[in-house]
Amino acid sequence: MSFALDKSKVPWWVSNLIVPLVNLTLALLVSGLFIFIAGENPYQAIKLIIYGSFGYVEGFAYTLYYTTNFIFTGLAFAVAFHCRLFNIGGEGQAYIGGLGVFLVAINFSFLPVPIIWILSIAGAFIFGAAWAFIPAYLQAKRGSHIVITTIMFNFIASSLMVYLLVDVIRDMKQMGPHTVALPKELWLPSFKDFAAFFGIKIRYSPLNASFLLAIAASLFVWFLVWKTKWGYEMRAVGHNTQAAIYAGISPYKNIIIAMLISGGLAGLLSINEVLGVHHKIVSGFPAGYGFTGIAVALMGRNHPIGIFPAAFLFGILYQGGSEVTFDMPNITRYMFVAVQGVIILFSGALENLFRPQIESFFVNKLNRQAKV
Amino acid sequence: MKKLLNIFVVSFALVFSSNLFANKIGVIYDSGGKFDKSFNELAFKTAERVKNELGWDMVEFEASNNTQIEQGMRKVADRGATLIVAMGFAQADAVAAVAPDYPDINFVAVDVCWVDDPAGNIYQACYLEHEGSFLVGVIAAMASKTGTIGFVGGMDIPLIRKFQGGYEQGAQYVNPNITVLANMTGTTPEAWNNPTKGAELTKAQIDGGADVVYQAAGGTGIGVLQAAADADIMGIGVDTNQNWMHPGNMLTSMLKRLDLTIFEQAEKTAAGTFESSGKFLSLGLAEGMVGYATADGMVTDEMVAAAEAAAAGIVDGSIIVADWSQE
Repeated sequence: MSFALDKSKVPWWVSNLIVPLVNLTLALLVSGLFIFIAGENPYQAIKLIIYGSFGYVEGFAYTLYYTTNFIFTGLAFAVAFHCRLFNIGGEGQAYIGGLGVFLVAINFSFLPVPIIWILSIAGAFIFGAAWAFIPAYLQAKRGSHIVITTIMFNFIASSLMVYLLVDVIRDMKQMGPHTVALPKELWLPSFKDFAAFFGIKIRYSPLNASFLLAIAASLFVWFLVWKTKWGYEMRAVGHNTQAAIYAGISPYKNIIIAMLISGGLAGLLSINEVLGVHHKIVSGFPAGYGFTGIAVALMGRNHPIGIFPAAFLFGILYQGGSEVTFDMPNITRYMFVAVQGVIILFSGALENLFRPQIESFFVNKLNRQAKV
Repeated sequence: MKKLLNIFVVSFALVFSSNLFANKIGVIYDSGGKFDKSFNELAFKTAERVKNELGWDMVEFEASNNTQIEQGMRKVADRGATLIVAMGFAQADAVAAVAPDYPDINFVAVDVCWVDDPAGNIYQACYLEHEGSFLVGVIAAMASKTGTIGFVGGMDIPLIRKFQGGYEQGAQYVNPNITVLANMTGTTPEAWNNPTKGAELTKAQIDGGADVVYQAAGGTGIGVLQAAADADIMGIGVDTNQNWMHPGNMLTSMLKRLDLTIFEQAEKTAAGTFESSGKFLSLGLAEGMVGYATADGMVTDEMVAAAEAAAAGIVDGSIIVADWSQE
């Protein structure tokens, strides 16, 4: 029995819906086993996750807040990946992007607020892109591997930011490594304000208008990668660099542009964190979102339509996970890092574990139906 | 009817006999994690003491990122905590945001002394760690045979510079020619939780001639003290008495008596005499809130005498210890 299968005969919903769902279910079963071994009831844990992330308004808002971050970093990774660049520097690009937001917001505070917001978004994008430029240049011109350079740049970004936050731009009235707070009128409208506008009173949650920016960024990426000439060129370079050169497409230019856009999108994460939530640069604000974004993009098949549900899933895990650690003392915060790891393992590395069987099952079934 | 009345009375009694109105201590740990054998674990132990000695309930939270701190604090408040302990400067903003929304709950913010307190329900305290570190620096310089001592910090932030500064000044007070090798573990919050890197840095310092190593690095410090014990030199613990970890290879520990602060505020909460501390409360040697540990350590009487003399000098102002976090 062979699994040689005509890929074009596989219906889209099998490879894009059923296979990921099977993988996810398996990952959850294995995670449930972990929770069982740790001495807690997996069924209760799942109930807590669902309650924590959907059960009440603020919980759901937290889920969407995490989703916002993962959309930005997921999109950032996806754009570079279409050019076959493995940008794992989202963490550092987001961190430096925060510097852009803060510098713009603090220095242009005489302008009308909506213009400051737009300029801050530009600042986040440009600073994030600038941080991605050096690895991009080294990759395009020197062939230095992007994985190595971007991960190194994460450390450089973090050292630079700690230096700035401690010695240069720290709020000197206190001891914590963070800047002064931005003026209140510059804060992005939060979900709480939005609900209050309609006369609904809810409690604090970090969800804010950057969620809309994340959706806009998704549309932007979809348009850019699939609907423009440049997107086509970039994907051509990613698929086959030699063929692209033969067709007159410059790989250097495309590598650099892909990385700039990728870095810029990662930088936008700081709009959510700096302008939306903390209203200042707090040391370590990217908090691993840049790395989780890689998993989000891979799970979402590097397409905005896939990245959204993947980001949402990780949002549920983050928010529901904190609920579980709160109520189940045997489950530590590290446990949920393991659960994320299992999900990444099953939907990334072991992706082809059941794919051939599932696909051939459905193709055969459809063939039989066609014969009847 | 009588039966119904009985049920009513019994359920009424049940409601009031349960711990519905008992005090509850809520602890929110810093990024070092609950079991760092130092700063956070001291808070955990103190909360356990409050639970056992004062008969309180207890609820805890470990945040995995900055945004979760405020969420966790609100959750702890909603679970009926009557006293919330926020560990570390990173929680300053969360305390400032949450405390005014819960005027009936008391807050203790450790390592914070600058937030506004409109509801008057925050006891915030910074500690003069440089004074305590000065004393262990004095002891370290006296114990060192090589004339080289080491310091391993977590992240290069103002708080840790305070420890380092006090230690170096104390060592130089005894021996002006002493060499102090100082390293920070990293630039990400990971630096508080990386014992392997802590051990590597310590080994490097030992190779550089250090024979006493002081750590102020949260969970990373476990690796520092382990490496010191493995190389059979002296380690100095931090925050709580860590001398028990490696008997024979622990010189002393710098004590930061946040346990006293927390326990005292718990007692005051129970008695209804809790008061806001206002801003800028700094607790040091004069208040007996920093110091050094002699139990299970290798401190000689001679060292104790020198440290006590230095402590007296700091309290009466004849020795001035510079605070490196202000530079």
